[in-house]
Amino acid sequence: MITSVYIHPIDQIGAQERVARLFSRSIKKESKVHALKMALSMIDLTTLEGKDSSGKVKQLCYKASHLHDQYPDLPSVAAICVYPTMVPIAKKALEGTSINIASVATAFPSGMSSMENKLDEVKKVVDDGANEVDMVISRGKFLSGEYDYVADEISQIKDACEKAHLKVILETGELVTLDNVRLASDIALNAGADFIKTSTGKISPAATPPVVLVMLEAIRDHYKKTGKKIGMKPAGGISKAKQAIQYLVMVRETLGKDWLTPDLFRFGASSLANDVLMQIVKQSTGHYQSGNYFSID
Amino acid sequence: MGKREDIKKTYKLYIGGKFPRTESGRYIKWTDPKNSTYVNVCRGSRKDFRNSVVAARNAFTDWSSRTAYNRSQILYRIGEMLEGKRSQFMDELMLQGASKNAAENEINRAIDRLIYYAGWADKYQQLFSRVNPVAAPYFNFTYTEPTGVVAAIAPDDSSLVGLVSIMAPIIAGGNTVVLLASELKPLCSISFAEVLHTSDVPAGVVNILTGYRDELIEHFSTHMDVNSIVYCGNDPDDIKTIQENAALNVKRPVVYADEDWMDQKNQGPYHILNNLESKTTWHPIGL
Repeated sequence: MITSVYIHPIDQIGAQERVARLFSRSIKKESKVHALKMALSMIDLTTLEGKDSSGKVKQLCYKASHLHDQYPDLPSVAAICVYPTMVPIAKKALEGTSINIASVATAFPSGMSSMENKLDEVKKVVDDGANEVDMVISRGKFLSGEYDYVADEISQIKDACEKAHLKVILETGELVTLDNVRLASDIALNAGADFIKTSTGKISPAATPPVVLVMLEAIRDHYKKTGKKIGMKPAGGISKAKQAIQYLVMVRETLGKDWLTPDLFRFGASSLANDVLMQIVKQSTGHYQSGNYFSID
Repeated sequence: MGKREDIKKTYKLYIGGKFPRTESGRYIKWTDPKNSTYVNVCRGSRKDFRNSVVAARNAFTDWSSRTAYNRSQILYRIGEMLEGKRSQFMDELMLQGASKNAAENEINRAIDRLIYYAGWADKYQQLFSRVNPVAAPYFNFTYTEPTGVVAAIAPDDSSLVGLVSIMAPIIAGGNTVVLLASELKPLCSISFAEVLHTSDVPAGVVNILTGYRDELIEHFSTHMDVNSIVYCGNDPDDIKTIQENAALNVKRPVVYADEDWMDQKNQGPYHILNNLESKTTWHPIGL
């Protein structure tokens, strides 16, 4: 239970300027290839659509473990991210690989359901084999000032996750201001999140650079206070390798090298993997690539 | 009051329906033959080309799926718009060294060529599609489809009619295109982009770059997302580079060596065919 809330004010222009300066950094040649491979290893390959089928999920799982067979030294992605009903299918398809299974839960993407249902859903996906759970916070409650409700919700779900990692989606596009983003981040960090995540990808704007910066700063301050390293996952709208590298620069400069690992940083994305692969092939052949030579997803 | 200074135009690139400066920040100082005027023209880079291909690829689905009738109308509209900007093109062509007569003829020819291909845009399909005789219970037919994204190096010696003669058949066939304008006479190629911009041509269908051939030819010919490359010129080294690099992803290499684009002989539906693919379908029928 949080009894008092400290509002950490955010300088919006400052955040934008800082992001602009970090993003102007140019990463070339070997460092670029290194960054691209790192980005690949951090991807939560995602499919969260109403039209998802078991075939689509199997195809995605196959892709997760065979990113580009002509380049055998590529890492695999960190996890695949699917709806609860798809977890058993993914579990079977990923047998024998080290790829994690993340499932969204808690009435994703709206979060509009009873606490009881949410807990049941979380328990079910963990039983089915998900080792990462992506929950959404109740934005309506948050915006009407019921911060305790949000904090309680997160900690109850954290308990229900047992060994599974919990990623808390703030859905920053609905939180309106950066001050709210910071406050929601602080609540999630204190309530036991293993990762905080920007968005569901279902509403626009999704992950924007200033929002990610504010969340990274919340993680940094939390680490300084408690010594606990919490992970970060920007999601939604990250489809280009260039953006991914820019985010890696931001993480490196805000949190340091320790966070440059799939254990503490992820990208939630569906088409990012192909663009990163295209850039890796471009770096090795020298020719700009075409989507025709990469898997359709 | 002092003498009024003319406001000079900045000659920029045309990519995805916008007029950006080159991302490289590099410029070529272009001087007219009489050495009386100079302008800074963008020296387009590898990345400008890459951005253009992305724009052309994004525009392709919409453009290729429009009705032939609509593409025809839009080509006609480009002709109308060019007609209205006649005086501007007169000035630029004369600045680039043409006589008044020659400039006037070139504009007339460019407009006529647009109207000519506007006419063909919904007719070449009948010419190049066919029903094939096969000795089996199939209705076998072939029809045309656009090749895709075309990279085209426009003629160096004629900046308006040359560019139009290359561009019009490519887009009439439903392709999208990235053009490299004449290196010697770049001015009216850029102004032509302004005509396109006001002619209902969707953003990205035509993209126009300026810069050095020598620098860009490698990138034009190696990009894996380009399906066809059109080259106007007769430099054997250039042609060799293009043909070799085209093999990377089996681009269609089209070379126009010495065509006089003012000549009416150098127009025709076969120019459209140069950037079309044939698709053959075997449709089972009862006997």
